[in-house]
Amino acid sequence: MNFEEHAAKPLLAEAGVEVPPARLATTPEEAEAAAREIGPCVVKAQVPTGKRGRAGGIRLAADAAEARRHAGAILGIEIGGHRVERVLIEAQVPIARELYAAILNDPASKGPLLLFSTLGGMDVEEAAERDPNAMRRHPIRISEGLQNGDAETVAAAIGPEAAPALAKALMALYRAYRDLEAELLEINPLVVTGDGRIVALDCKLVVDDAAGARRPGLFEKGTPDRLTSLEARAQAAGLKYIELGGAVGILANGAGLTMTTMDAVSHFGGAPANFLEIGGEAYTKAQTALEILLANPNIRSLVVNFCGAFARTDVMAEGVVKAWKLLEPSIPVFFTIHGTGEDEAVALVRRELGFEPYDRMDDAVAAAVQAAGTAA
Amino acid sequence: MIVRRGHRVLVQGITGKQGTFWTAAMQSYGTTIVGGVNPTKAGTDHLGVPVFASARAAAEAAPFDVTVMFIPPLAAKAAAIDACEAGAGMVVCLTEHIPAHDVMEMHAAARANGTRIVGPNTAGLVTPGEAFVGIMPAFNRRVFQPGRIGVISRSGSLGTLVALILTQAGEGQSVFFGVGGDPMIGTTIRDALEILDADKRTEAVVICGEIGGTAEEDAAGYARGMSKPVAAFIAGRASPPGKKMGHAGAIVSGDGGSYASKRQALETAGVAVADLPSQLPGLLLSRIAQPGKRQAGN
Repeated sequence: MNFEEHAAKPLLAEAGVEVPPARLATTPEEAEAAAREIGPCVVKAQVPTGKRGRAGGIRLAADAAEARRHAGAILGIEIGGHRVERVLIEAQVPIARELYAAILNDPASKGPLLLFSTLGGMDVEEAAERDPNAMRRHPIRISEGLQNGDAETVAAAIGPEAAPALAKALMALYRAYRDLEAELLEINPLVVTGDGRIVALDCKLVVDDAAGARRPGLFEKGTPDRLTSLEARAQAAGLKYIELGGAVGILANGAGLTMTTMDAVSHFGGAPANFLEIGGEAYTKAQTALEILLANPNIRSLVVNFCGAFARTDVMAEGVVKAWKLLEPSIPVFFTIHGTGEDEAVALVRRELGFEPYDRMDDAVAAAVQAAGTAA
Repeated sequence: MIVRRGHRVLVQGITGKQGTFWTAAMQSYGTTIVGGVNPTKAGTDHLGVPVFASARAAAEAAPFDVTVMFIPPLAAKAAAIDACEAGAGMVVCLTEHIPAHDVMEMHAAARANGTRIVGPNTAGLVTPGEAFVGIMPAFNRRVFQPGRIGVISRSGSLGTLVALILTQAGEGQSVFFGVGGDPMIGTTIRDALEILDADKRTEAVVICGEIGGTAEEDAAGYARGMSKPVAAFIAGRASPPGKKMGHAGAIVSGDGGSYASKRQALETAGVAVADLPSQLPGLLLSRIAQPGKRQAGN
């Protein structure tokens, strides 16, 4: 789950990282009122994507009238495909230095990784590419957490004056990362102010979806992925469905096999209509899955590709048969079924639907691609 | 470590619906199951083996080499740490959707206790004709046959397809090694390659990879130095970037972890990369037949 800046910063503040005073506004009038309270401010587009500054979504305002003008200009524009519907009115901070700090889950060390650079700001990625030493990588033992001594060592890079405050901020940052079960907590820039304080001017926060079950209150503050109505219906049913725009529908079990089926459709000259997998615990939801898939008006043929491991093909085939009888779709369908429960599943499809499953995936997919191309 | 018939296996979560179904399947295939764990049913028997309160309790009464976990996501961390502290040599963690911070704690416990974790989100391991641990259709003879090809896969479903394709081509498998679809796994593709490289029964290896992460790129470095032929299929060539395709590991952002990056890394290391899984037997057979012709490097 993604958290936009306005939602993430209060969470940072709770963990003890200083953030500037700010208010959210949805109209130029609200922006003006907020700026009157806050004083000289920054008007910042709130969208779940980066590069806002370059897109003209972040502007300085000296007074309330200017904040109103900027909000008027920013609200409604598109940044990275997202329409700006809210701006954050945030107090300006006297910046002495821009730093970069992030903590993320690191597959290489299988633990938390602290990233720190003294070259914070808009060009940190380019700077790190030019000079790998510009980005310090500090793996953290999760059983012990970030240690004071380690934070102090990292913070020493900015000189003795501000180092203690930075070390304290890094400790607070780690606390936030752990408390929120973040996948990524990135502050760019983390600034040193003229009077030696450490303040987070931006925040990118991604919280582990798998932790949602034990953090319902937290997830209400996040920005869910934008979904089509069918994708939303699938999500509500506990299924992962992505519309892709092609004409060959795909129902398979497991992410690996589903992506492979998409690759095969594309290899034989077709275009997949969707990603939809019913592997893992979702193998009992074949009926709902097929109903959602068939509701997509672009579909002209369907591949059902089951290679059951944990996902029992007999149980999945039963769901498919139920949905097929209920909806009586007119599109051609091509089955290929192997693995756990194969004999029962094949017999069921033959008996109940009168279809003969293909022995090889390539043959089923090639036939479906051809049927989609020739269908009226 | 490859699971053979002689290995003693403990099943955590043995009494649940899936634990029961798959334990029975493992037993009838030939896997040596020495016991199970369920704190609320300790002292009883299930499927002919004793049930213990914890892996630590089992270690006393029914020593085991491997434990396999049929445990829901939010309880997985405690079960895995219990297994590590009980001295398990290997923990096969099937569970998908374990919170990542829990997974990191599991890996820390494994390191501290010298335990190998396979997974999370693995479909397990199979030695065809001998034993299996996990949730693979080892018992389906159209899919798995004993043989000489080692199969490494992030995905259980794709691994099943590739085993099937090999068997259809007349090639059996020395071992199926499911490394798991999670982003932070205990045994990487590279680790599994090393294990299969050392395995005497394995003459050639297939890697079933996926977009996302850099596990295939990392494995390429090891494959370069192997004398056994290696072929690979990478799923996700037709997947749009920036979309999470079910496996938490299968997300591409920027250039890292893309299909192109993986294919290039593997091909540069001398690994034959198939456009479709059906091409894998041909690619492997030509290399097994002419081992001298294989070019390591460019």
